[in-house]
Amino acid sequence: MSGPDLDPLDFDAPRFTIRKPAVRYDQQGDASDAERSAAAVRAFVRDMSRTAATYMESCIRCGHCAEACHFYLASGDPAHTPIWKLEPFRQAYRREAGPFRWLYRKLNLAPEPAARELREWQELLYDSCSMCGRCTLACPMGIDIAGLVAQARHGMFAAGLVPHELHAVAERAEREGSPLGATPKVLKERIEWLCDEHAVEIPLDLPRAEVLVTLSSIEIMKYPKSIVATARILKHLGVSWTLRSEGYEATNFGLFSGNADWQRDMSLRVINAALACGARTLLLPECGHAYGAMRWQGANMYGKPLPFRVLHVTEFLADAVRGGRLKLKPLAGSITFHDPCQVSRRGGATQAPREVLAALGAELREMPAAGNANWCCGGGGGVVTLHRADEHRYRAFEIKMKQVEATGAQRLATSCSNCRLTFDDGQAHYKWDHRIESLLELVAEQLPT
Amino acid sequence: MLGLAWRLYVVLGRPARADYSEPRRSDLVAGAMRTIFAKMLPPRGVKVRGVAMANAYLYHAGLALVAFGFAPHIRFIERYTGIGWPALPDPVMYVASGVAIVGLVIALIDRLSDRVLRLLSGFDDYFSWAVVMLPLLTGMALIDRPYQPAPQAATPVSPGLLAIHLLSLELLLVWLPFGKLAHAALVFVSRWRTGADFTRKGAAI
Repeated sequence: MSGPDLDPLDFDAPRFTIRKPAVRYDQQGDASDAERSAAAVRAFVRDMSRTAATYMESCIRCGHCAEACHFYLASGDPAHTPIWKLEPFRQAYRREAGPFRWLYRKLNLAPEPAARELREWQELLYDSCSMCGRCTLACPMGIDIAGLVAQARHGMFAAGLVPHELHAVAERAEREGSPLGATPKVLKERIEWLCDEHAVEIPLDLPRAEVLVTLSSIEIMKYPKSIVATARILKHLGVSWTLRSEGYEATNFGLFSGNADWQRDMSLRVINAALACGARTLLLPECGHAYGAMRWQGANMYGKPLPFRVLHVTEFLADAVRGGRLKLKPLAGSITFHDPCQVSRRGGATQAPREVLAALGAELREMPAAGNANWCCGGGGGVVTLHRADEHRYRAFEIKMKQVEATGAQRLATSCSNCRLTFDDGQAHYKWDHRIESLLELVAEQLPT
Repeated sequence: MLGLAWRLYVVLGRPARADYSEPRRSDLVAGAMRTIFAKMLPPRGVKVRGVAMANAYLYHAGLALVAFGFAPHIRFIERYTGIGWPALPDPVMYVASGVAIVGLVIALIDRLSDRVLRLLSGFDDYFSWAVVMLPLLTGMALIDRPYQPAPQAATPVSPGLLAIHLLSLELLLVWLPFGKLAHAALVFVSRWRTGADFTRKGAAI
């Protein structure tokens, strides 16, 4: 079993995750293969909603999704075709929930996915899918393959077949409240240091506030200037806000790893913190998957509509720009923007960063296939945490590098700290001469004095 | 029809999940309809296998024209439903049949030669191909003269060939609910679902 003592975090490399395990443990618990297979199938069937069943029935095996997938293009391996990553899920569907299940079972046309197959599929479901959803754009049937991959991961978790690193950080997040060791104590120390160092006020644990600010542990541990930027902008806008030590971590490794209970726990920590301080807005940090987890799944974890609005920080900034409350000093030169998949393509907030960039007055040079069709950096879905996925991920990142270089822009920005982490890692790996910046930090730097 | 109805009944009978998130947009029906039509066009911003997609357009169009534009097919439908419409000229039908047959052959070659398609393909894909091709081929065997309704026909069509043609059509109809050919109906359900869900979020489709 992986555990915190066996899996120390590595803060020396450009990419923050646990240190490369000397011995990998890509399965958890000591269940037999038959038990793992049965557990996976039970979880698969639990997830077979009307939507999932419709998708399972509709695929025409046209293979168009392959061309839209950076991991397939990087390897050329047909097994990396997005829809193929769902094969065990499809098998379980046909056998246990489909309209002709009796026929499939009787004639054994769709055998129960064996633990051996699930082990083989672990690489396809975790290492080579960032759940970016680009494949859905190419699918003539409109199948949400990324959504199905998230569901298939539930079965993998139930079977105890989660990759070592991802399980380790998810388990740490559940136990400590942060996947990267940004515990409440660490957060408090960081805030004290940032307040001293940057002469800003960062309120923690105020009993009441209009806005509850949440952070990504990547920001806390690697990009703390983002916290300073948030504080400066909110002060400039005159917003009453706070961080709360019982719910500040916006990342959700329960979602990535496939543990719906952990996902709920992690979401509820933040939701309860917002309720405790009577916040009217829950502000999500520059983090893509945090947006998907809270904006679109948070209320479902809570079991009813949330009594506050949930905004990504770029939506919040765009709102302020639109309302005339945020005017910025012009940013010289040209810039290109990397859309985080979960905020733009899958989240629906593609225009918000562009409104902010327009307020910055820089010349925006869009990448080829920008916005909704943007290529993923390759680090989402927990992929960036996995050492064994590095080589494949770096090759996929080459697509991103070409996309950026095609713009000839002087600067490169994004609004997701996980993308930033992936870019930093890719930059170090390729000794690339492009450095990615945070849109939030750029805005803070251009605040009028 | 019964088979297809059963398949849809089971699929749509699966539990639906309530979504409590605050919608970004509320025009879900319009979004679903938009998606049904938008997905008929090549995707924007995403490269797909262009030749395969063009070929799919061609053989679908050919099949649709042959199925619903050829005079004997219209008479056949009219006899059972009382609903008829003007037929397309025979030469158009010959071209449409040719396009459909050649397109299907290209699709099969593509499926057998492309590594991705080969991996994805199973019995359903090949059998479905065969049951679509058979009525086309048996139908072509029947059209050795311009179509004339039975009473005016100088020489009746070969009853044996006609029987084979009708049997091949029945095979297609029997198989339709079980295999991928059901996408003729499921395409609307799937696109509707995604269209409504993604419109709710404002996500890209």
